[in-house]
Amino acid sequence: MSISYYPGCTLKTKAKNLETSALAAMAELGIEVEELPRWNCCGAVYSLADDDLIHIIAPVRDLIRVKERGHDTVITLCSMCYNTLARANDLMKHDEEKRKTINMFMDEEPDYAGEVRVVHLLDYLRDDYGWDKLKEKVKVPLAGLTVGPYYGCTLLRPREVALDRPDKPTLFNEFMAALGATVVDFPMGTECCGSYQVLGNPDAALKVSYDILNDANQHNIEALALTCPLCDYNLGRRQNLMRDKFEGVPEIPVYYFTQLLAVALGLSPEVCHFELNRESAIGLLKDKNFLKEVPA
Amino acid sequence: MPQKITSKSIDDNLKRRAREISGQIAQKCFQCGTCTGSCPMIEHMNVTPRGLMALLQWGQADKIAEANTPWICASCHVCQVRCPRGVELPKVMEALRQVKLRTNVNQIEPANLQPEEIIDLPQIAMVSGFRKMTS
Repeated sequence: MSISYYPGCTLKTKAKNLETSALAAMAELGIEVEELPRWNCCGAVYSLADDDLIHIIAPVRDLIRVKERGHDTVITLCSMCYNTLARANDLMKHDEEKRKTINMFMDEEPDYAGEVRVVHLLDYLRDDYGWDKLKEKVKVPLAGLTVGPYYGCTLLRPREVALDRPDKPTLFNEFMAALGATVVDFPMGTECCGSYQVLGNPDAALKVSYDILNDANQHNIEALALTCPLCDYNLGRRQNLMRDKFEGVPEIPVYYFTQLLAVALGLSPEVCHFELNRESAIGLLKDKNFLKEVPA
Repeated sequence: MPQKITSKSIDDNLKRRAREISGQIAQKCFQCGTCTGSCPMIEHMNVTPRGLMALLQWGQADKIAEANTPWICASCHVCQVRCPRGVELPKVMEALRQVKLRTNVNQIEPANLQPEEIIDLPQIAMVSGFRKMTS
């Protein structure tokens, strides 16, 4: 086993449905991962100030834990964790001066120079596992489900850590197509959901999320698939709030990509914790007859 | 709206600090407005990202202080990937936030957030929001 798994803070509580479905799906696919011992919060956002190295310490510590385990790859599920870890890794690999300063500051840790590969489950499935192999494992093709892949920001930007072309990505489309779904591209699928502005400017964040849902609806998308707990909150949970503020808000269930993966692999819905999604989420999957056994 | 700029109204100090913190040279921007056209939060800003770059080029610290632009920016980086001049605007926004935050001033006050507003928020929302908007 040579792959570490970095969960991040949100996946143990609010986004348990992302973690449990991913772990069950990876086990089914034969992808062996080991949760990183003593992992800490990555910081959620990568520091953009050139003179601020202290906020690089947390993600680098996580990467050192991976190296200590003797693993060459760390797999992430949350897009924000992916982005933060990948950018910290990039810095340690390419910026000699900052690498020196950070290594000297963490004198209790072994030196680190970006030796670990940071991946997201989506690009791992594309590059290491392969879509063809994934297709063979699909037991319940999501035929007839019209899905909009919502990429958001942090899988695609900035360019240094982009999993695909930032302007016209196909990665998520290919993943959903491998599961048998009907994939519909929509222009706002790579736009920001408002992100952390849900805290600072909640109304502004609500408006951009509403615009995204509307765009999806205009493209006849039945469901959104995404990879980030903050996008899930803004686009999924806040639909009720949107209804109070705007007219004609469509009801669009929002799923983590791993939940749809688990369903397509024929796993029990219990591993998906649909109770943490919008109520319409499990309903749509039942209507489509994708769920073999539904918990009472 | 035309603005009168004199040698007295140019604040080189802010320009220098923004450059130190961001590593970005404001003068590289040639005012094409691609950032403004790409920004998903634009309708909530009182100064466009392009406008903010112009103010920074001319060291208009007072006008920049009135702009809500850096506080509305969600660091989505779409302006950065599209900038034909390779200006990393999210870093400029971060620098302008930091100039204020480093005076020990918070943009949002965690203690004032009501429990019902935050109870359902995912942890990454809190961590990232506080990282961007508190000192």
